[in-house]
Amino acid sequence: LPLCLSLGKDRIIFVTKEDHEAPSNAELIEDDPNDPYEDHGLILPNGDINWNCPCLGGMASGPCGQQFKDAFSCFHYSKEEVKGSDCVENFRSMQECMQKYPELYPQEDDNDSAPSGGADNAPTASTSTDSLPTSSPDSTPAATENPAAS
Amino acid sequence: MFKCKAVWNKLAPLVRASSTLCLQNARKSVLRHGRRLEMVQKAQMSSGPAGGGGENTLYYVLVGATCLGTGVYAYRTVSGDKERYNERMIDLVNRPKQGPRAAEAVTEVVAGSKEEPVEEPTLTEAPVEEPLVTEAVVEFTESEPVTEPLVEASIPEPTVETLVTESVVEASVPESIIEVSVTEPVAEAPAVTQSEEPLASVVESETEPTPVIITAHVPEASPVSESAAVSEPAPAAEPVESTAAHSDVPEHAPYLLIGGGTASFAAARSIRARDPGARVLIVTEESELPYMRPPLSKELWFSDDPKATETLSFKQWNGKERSIYFQPPSFYVSPTDLAKVENGGVAVLTGRKVVHMDVRENKVKLSDGAEISYEKCLIATGGVPRNLQVIDRAGEEVMKRTTLFRKIEDFRSLEKISREVKSITIIGGGFLGSELACALGRRSTDLGLEVIQMFPEKGNMGKVLPEYLSNWTTEKVRKEGVNIIMDAVVKNVSYKNDKLEIKLKDGRLIETDHVVAAVGLEPSVELAKSAGLEVDSDFGGYRVNAELQARSNIWVAGDAACFYDIKLGRRRVEHHDHAVVSGRLAGENMTGASKPYWHQSMFWSDLGPDVGYEAIGIVDSSLPTVGVFAKATAKDTPKAATEQSGTGIRSESETEAVAVTLKAETTAPPPPVQQKEDYGKGVVFYLRDNVVVGIVLWNVFNRMPIARKIIKDGEQHADLNEVAKLFNIHED
Repeated sequence: LPLCLSLGKDRIIFVTKEDHEAPSNAELIEDDPNDPYEDHGLILPNGDINWNCPCLGGMASGPCGQQFKDAFSCFHYSKEEVKGSDCVENFRSMQECMQKYPELYPQEDDNDSAPSGGADNAPTASTSTDSLPTSSPDSTPAATENPAAS
Repeated sequence: MFKCKAVWNKLAPLVRASSTLCLQNARKSVLRHGRRLEMVQKAQMSSGPAGGGGENTLYYVLVGATCLGTGVYAYRTVSGDKERYNERMIDLVNRPKQGPRAAEAVTEVVAGSKEEPVEEPTLTEAPVEEPLVTEAVVEFTESEPVTEPLVEASIPEPTVETLVTESVVEASVPESIIEVSVTEPVAEAPAVTQSEEPLASVVESETEPTPVIITAHVPEASPVSESAAVSEPAPAAEPVESTAAHSDVPEHAPYLLIGGGTASFAAARSIRARDPGARVLIVTEESELPYMRPPLSKELWFSDDPKATETLSFKQWNGKERSIYFQPPSFYVSPTDLAKVENGGVAVLTGRKVVHMDVRENKVKLSDGAEISYEKCLIATGGVPRNLQVIDRAGEEVMKRTTLFRKIEDFRSLEKISREVKSITIIGGGFLGSELACALGRRSTDLGLEVIQMFPEKGNMGKVLPEYLSNWTTEKVRKEGVNIIMDAVVKNVSYKNDKLEIKLKDGRLIETDHVVAAVGLEPSVELAKSAGLEVDSDFGGYRVNAELQARSNIWVAGDAACFYDIKLGRRRVEHHDHAVVSGRLAGENMTGASKPYWHQSMFWSDLGPDVGYEAIGIVDSSLPTVGVFAKATAKDTPKAATEQSGTGIRSESETEAVAVTLKAETTAPPPPVQQKEDYGKGVVFYLRDNVVVGIVLWNVFNRMPIARKIIKDGEQHADLNEVAKLFNIHED
């Protein structure tokens, strides 16, 4: 059983693992997936790409932003069997542009998940919600939030 | 004159009645207040209601004071008339076409009065009035080769600085002018511009009256001529530099962001993401490109790299290195190219301060006189560190040994000082103060440095954490090597025997070499006046709506924004993540999104290797709180305590748990192992009317989305222990 203390206006409850074993009966309101106010991941509810997703880092806003957007849009909407095979031109011009700014777009091995410009968030093509936890501290590495996390 | 009339009109109704009683009162008042006779005569008629002699006296005082004020005003006007006349002349003359001719005309007059070579002492000794004259002359001669009137304003600033600040600075600046080193004075100009804004505007208006003044005020002629001689060698080089500097200011920016910090950068990124080809101009008074602040009081101090201070790079928790600058210089477009570059971009104009905002014409004016028109504007001016009044008034020797910590230069300066002095005292027990105390405390043994932290509260983070956690935190900070003095209210700081002496209200005396004041931030709202924007009286900062908008086409984000949070009410937040979130939101709204502040920002703090917490919402220790804690395991702290891990993972019997917690209640400090377990990890809920408005995640990580959800729901939960279950605090 949890131990409760009261220090004036502050209450403290000490719980063991067993105390917290039973599932919570706290009620949470269901989220509206189409909430216009909410921040979304990489793909918006209507299927468009959210260029402002923190997961993209500086890719869509840097000097090669336009090329990146063109290439990635083409890929996203590509209906080819090999997705994106009709976008080679776009990717080439993006690559060309990025080579002009090696500082921003370090030419590492991964060309498909191109490193973001300066920031350390690699863009993810998935709609995984793991972009959410890092969504706010975008321009800081999510890292500096949790230096103590092991 | 108008003042007198206004007052008179107000009092007119009182004038109607009259009585002899009032006459007597009037005589008494005269003797008491020494008014002139005419005033008394007038006063007689305005006897006021029968009600009171007191009222009459007050009336006489009012009238008398007003007339005295009028007299002073009249005197000032007459003596200032010459200046105003000349100002008017300059305005007329400064119309571009007439510039050169006027310049030449005046040149001759000045040339005529030039005499001996420079004498620094004269410059420095010039009384306050004269600076206006000397500045003008300096500007003036420098404008000879160049005809742009606006240029003048930027150059004299080094001189302005000299005449206003201490003699040390004064000596150095004229030297640099004489050296004809092109870069120095210009480099100083931007630095000076930042601090001397009011003077700059004065300077601007007094560009060419000098010749007239020279002839009129003979005693001022010599210093004037000398400074004219002084500035002679410089002008040839300087005007060219400053012309170049001035012409790099674009005349128009579709998106103008005032301020070059975190909020501004986040907005720039957001705008560029949403508006293809957007041209964004950031104007900042700092000389740095946009950078993030948190590492300045955390990671940069813990870096093993000796060059960290220079490179400003630090290692993140995942091992990767990164710079505090959001982007390297190659990311940005130069301001001159901004209008032309094909796909738009972000340009940063450094070392320039926006001093005036014309909302009707949609344009701003910079400190050097340049104007930039905009279509959408963001104000993200942040703030400046507050100082203690007692330090402000303590004189130069104390100020020289005081750091107000906020910018890169403050970090570099403090880092250097920490290696040179024997004792540093930090005043302030909040985030910044505590983080700096821990950072310096860590180095204390290596450097042989004494670190003291003092604050009026009972414990570190006293205004944020409930008392028991604040006490716990204070102990941790002490373990980092900091000598903590609580309940400390600074009464006086003085410089004695090459040391600073801090006197507290309760009489305690602390001797130290250097002081860091971390006592809050004053939001920068200087543009409110010219722009006609509202400033919030409760929280400070510009008052904006839920969509961060102040007026059409003007948004405010970051530390300077007092906004309406739909869930939590009106507030102003000074955290990094808020700057990112609000900057991004402002950028979205500037590109047509019309979204309110919805995604709740969070903040975090680390105090040494054992204490790390994240928090969200309104985290104010004056609110009632409910804390749910687990017995800590070794895994919860980054440093694994291997011996204790056996006992920590699974809590023993109930009785043992009770025994542990009972110990926590007693005043005797529990052994270290227990201490870690008492508040090792948990969740603290802050309540307002039974609704959770704030949450602190104490040594539990990666749970922020749940916390955010609970605050967003804004529900009244009957049992917060059930809510705490959602966090799985016992797991990693």
